[in-house]
Amino acid sequence: MTLYAVRQSIRYDFDRPTGAGRQLFRILPADIPGVQSVREAGYAFQPDVGERGEFNDFFGTRVIEAAMPPGLVSLDLTMHSVVERTAEDALLDLSPPLYGLAAELAAHRTVGPRAPHHFTDPSRRIPHSALIADFARAQVQKGMTVQVLVEALGRALHDHMTFDSKATRVDTAPEEAFAQARGVCQDFAQIMVGALRTLGVPGAYVGGYLRTLPPPGKARLVGADAMHAWVRAWAGEEMGWVDYDPTNACFARNDHIDVGFGRDYDDVAPVTGRLRLDGRQSGSHSVDIEEITA
Amino acid sequence: MENVVTPKGIRTGTGKTRDRGLSAYRPLPGVTDELASADGSIRPLWQPLVAHLQSLSDEDLTRATGRADQYLRDSGVFYRQYGSGQSIERPWPLSHIPVLIDEADWAELTPALIQRADLLEAVMADLYGENRLVADGHLPAALVAGNPEWLRPLVGVRPASGHFLHFLAFEIGRGPDGRWWVLADRTQAPSGAGYALENRVATARAYSEVFAGLNVHRLASFFRDFRDALLGLRGARDGRVAIMTPGPLNETYFEQAWIARYMGVSLVQGEDLTVSDGRLMVRTVSGLRPLDVLWRRLDGSYADPLELDPASRIGTPGMVAVLRQGGLTMVNSLGSGVLETRALMAFLPKLSRHLTGAPLAMPNIATWWCGGLPERAQVMVARRRLVLSAALGTGLPFDRQGESTVAASLTPEALAERLAADGPDLVAQEAVTLSTTPALINGKIVPRPMSLRVFLARTPSGWQVLQGGFARIGASADPTALAMQRGGSAADVWIVSKDEVPAVSMVAATDAQYRRSTPGALPARAADNLYWLGRYVERTEGIIRLLRARHIRLAEGGRAALPLQKQMDAVLKTYDVDGAVGLSPGLLDTLGAAVATAGQVRDRFSPDGWSALNDLDKSARRMAGKVAPGDDAARALSALLRKLTGFSGLVHENMYRFFGWRFLSIGRQLERASAMTGLLVAFADAKAPAGALDLCIELGDSVLTHRRRFSVGSTRETVIELLALDPMNPRSVRHLIDGLSEQVQALPGTATHGQLSELGRAMLRCQVEIATATPDSLTTGGLEELRERLAGISDLLTEAYLR
Repeated sequence: MTLYAVRQSIRYDFDRPTGAGRQLFRILPADIPGVQSVREAGYAFQPDVGERGEFNDFFGTRVIEAAMPPGLVSLDLTMHSVVERTAEDALLDLSPPLYGLAAELAAHRTVGPRAPHHFTDPSRRIPHSALIADFARAQVQKGMTVQVLVEALGRALHDHMTFDSKATRVDTAPEEAFAQARGVCQDFAQIMVGALRTLGVPGAYVGGYLRTLPPPGKARLVGADAMHAWVRAWAGEEMGWVDYDPTNACFARNDHIDVGFGRDYDDVAPVTGRLRLDGRQSGSHSVDIEEITA
Repeated sequence: MENVVTPKGIRTGTGKTRDRGLSAYRPLPGVTDELASADGSIRPLWQPLVAHLQSLSDEDLTRATGRADQYLRDSGVFYRQYGSGQSIERPWPLSHIPVLIDEADWAELTPALIQRADLLEAVMADLYGENRLVADGHLPAALVAGNPEWLRPLVGVRPASGHFLHFLAFEIGRGPDGRWWVLADRTQAPSGAGYALENRVATARAYSEVFAGLNVHRLASFFRDFRDALLGLRGARDGRVAIMTPGPLNETYFEQAWIARYMGVSLVQGEDLTVSDGRLMVRTVSGLRPLDVLWRRLDGSYADPLELDPASRIGTPGMVAVLRQGGLTMVNSLGSGVLETRALMAFLPKLSRHLTGAPLAMPNIATWWCGGLPERAQVMVARRRLVLSAALGTGLPFDRQGESTVAASLTPEALAERLAADGPDLVAQEAVTLSTTPALINGKIVPRPMSLRVFLARTPSGWQVLQGGFARIGASADPTALAMQRGGSAADVWIVSKDEVPAVSMVAATDAQYRRSTPGALPARAADNLYWLGRYVERTEGIIRLLRARHIRLAEGGRAALPLQKQMDAVLKTYDVDGAVGLSPGLLDTLGAAVATAGQVRDRFSPDGWSALNDLDKSARRMAGKVAPGDDAARALSALLRKLTGFSGLVHENMYRFFGWRFLSIGRQLERASAMTGLLVAFADAKAPAGALDLCIELGDSVLTHRRRFSVGSTRETVIELLALDPMNPRSVRHLIDGLSEQVQALPGTATHGQLSELGRAMLRCQVEIATATPDSLTTGGLEELRERLAGISDLLTEAYLR
């Protein structure tokens, strides 16, 4: 078990007062029985916005919904929460061989939030890519179980890509990031999700936080963490979903804190919305994750 | 319907009978025909109409069909044709012979259509509720989860009205055995009901004698009942009912504007709406006004960019949030497009038994979803008569350009391979054979394939079926050529009764729920468009007058006129108009802006006004390439000026004197005042070239008045007196500012508790200044300042009302 204090602050500055608008924020950690429990969570807007509320979206993610009053020159949203992670360390591989997955999928008869059927087709931000499909097929070896395949694919992708925060933007297509072999966690995750889908493995995109360890001998820097993204693959009826982080080439365990999952970045984007702007805006995000003792 | 009589020897009145191709009229082999039985004899139902058609001379027939076309043109009925990246408006293709259906036959269809509507409601409630149909194996999960029309944010959202579906259409056709089949379900935002009304009015004009003699069921009661139902859905709340349109570029925008006008509800676009306190609000010139019922004409996924398609520019952020809180009744519920899925038709026959306990009373076109092994085997067996297409497609069976494959065109091996590879993405459907109905082509009556769109509306007393419909008539004998985009046409549908039918109109609403909708909720966007329409029309007039004066001088003046011409060109240039060519493109641009702006608010003024404006635009464009500078251009410009005055007259005389009219008038007066001030700056200055003062008087349309009021020739003083300061001259700046001030004061919120708004104060300062000026004190500099003030008033107006 690991206990974290998670803080996030999102700030926007506008060079001219804004018109009215409406925004959604997906930044609150999720409650997942047996994996993650939220001990406390709170947030505040500065200045205080007019109407606001909260709801759970289709995939169960907690969403903060806020109507922005006109005339803002800046906006701050700060969130703090205390989260407990209780994921098991290693899982026995109960997944079927890849060739057996289609039959299990066809036999699965639900369309609830955790149903694999939502994650089989290309989605708005992860369209089909022949380039990524070729790469995915090259990682398949005869008789591989789905879990072994997930790990092999994730490692191969990790080896292919170089982490580079300057190479891509939020709307860079997975294929473009793959072709230039550079990108950030969002690119790694969307490429891997696309690769899994072309192999017939349902793949979801997960958004959340990652505890990062300071370099040896250095102190932990407050606010130096970032929001993170990884992959959730469906490994059959028995095993269910497994989380893999291609940016760090590891299964996601207790260093990863879930916010939500969906078909691609759109479903878990931390901030979405429409605001009438006359001028420019500048924004900054900071995330701080601290392990605390219970 | 089988009691047949031969057409030979039918006469009406005294005229002689013409054959009109009827002696050669025969149903196509193996195809049911609406007019004739297999042996070619005319069904009795059709005889009065046929006899009438045969009694008309060629000229009379042309006149009759011409009356229908004329009506459609005058009403501005058109449709949009898409192709090569642009869309153009086309005249409405009316097929001049209505489809006649016996009331008794129609009465048999009605319960079957209602059964289907109830079934779809039940399926919808499950898909957006518990999803038992998937869990119990009645529907494949992939068909739901993979469906782009299944809108996840709406799952679990119960409709405020208790029902998901309120207005439906079914596309039906008659098979070779004479039975009706459902070809497609239209559940998203069905179009065509408004066109059905227009087809009716046009067709009844063509054959008024026959129409009056036959007992044809009227259409109005359906719309009246549905309007009352929509009003009733508000319950005890105080909000309004509106129709939401994707905007004027939508294929069926005309129809949306038309129905809004016909039913007396407002037409709104996404940007008119905003969400506040859990309700959907319209931004109006009087502030935010709540909406409680929205009849949407856009696809569900576009309704809210925040929770649905983020690329949508025509939706309203927060719409889904309002629905989640039960603050709005949406007609139909967002996500209803999922019911149009072609593959769903493969399951509906079984779902009908499962959910309603009865088989489908009207079958739908035989469909197999190719995701399962047994289905694929059946498809292989039946392949000769099947068409393959996308499982999740929603297009009509005869309107799937490029996305379907005739199964028989593949070898059995290739078909099996395709099914194995893409099975879950494919459906196989029986190829459509449609009945034929008579069409009038080059004066002859010939059989053409037909499908029928029927409409159902939910009212407090249950589903009502429109007693009529929208018929599509094929361009050739090929049943795949029904779509208008491919040359098909539309026809009216007459449900003929043995007994007299009641006459109804929209006005007689007796429902206790009905309250007269109060004016005053003019959406800010509509006000903005009306304001700019006023400005553009006035600007066009100003340019035409100046340009005409320029060309007259070119024709008459010699060298002496050159400095003045240069000065005129300089003023024209500020409007991007080149004074040296006949009809400058700059003039057409301004006129085009007026037409485009008018197109945004077609529901706000009369069809006559719209036709007049379009006529003006067409004339101008026709002349543009042809007229030569000088006298030729001057004459062409005079003609355009007369047409423009015609438009202004129509709008001014006929528009209801409320906020919409005020914004239009404010636009005109502000533009005119500003332009006149500008003319005086350019042509009434002490340094202006010779002839400039007389030009001012000519442009101000005040030659006679000047002569009457001043015995002397023109001086700067007389010109300023007459065109700037005279309160009686309708073109003087003073008169215009007085009028403007009156209009502005009548706008909501200009003065609250005796306190003037910023706009009210600016207006008053302007008015006082011009009222107290004298020809001496009003210098060119002063005029320039005045023009600035007028621009400031436009900005304040925009700030206060138009965004």
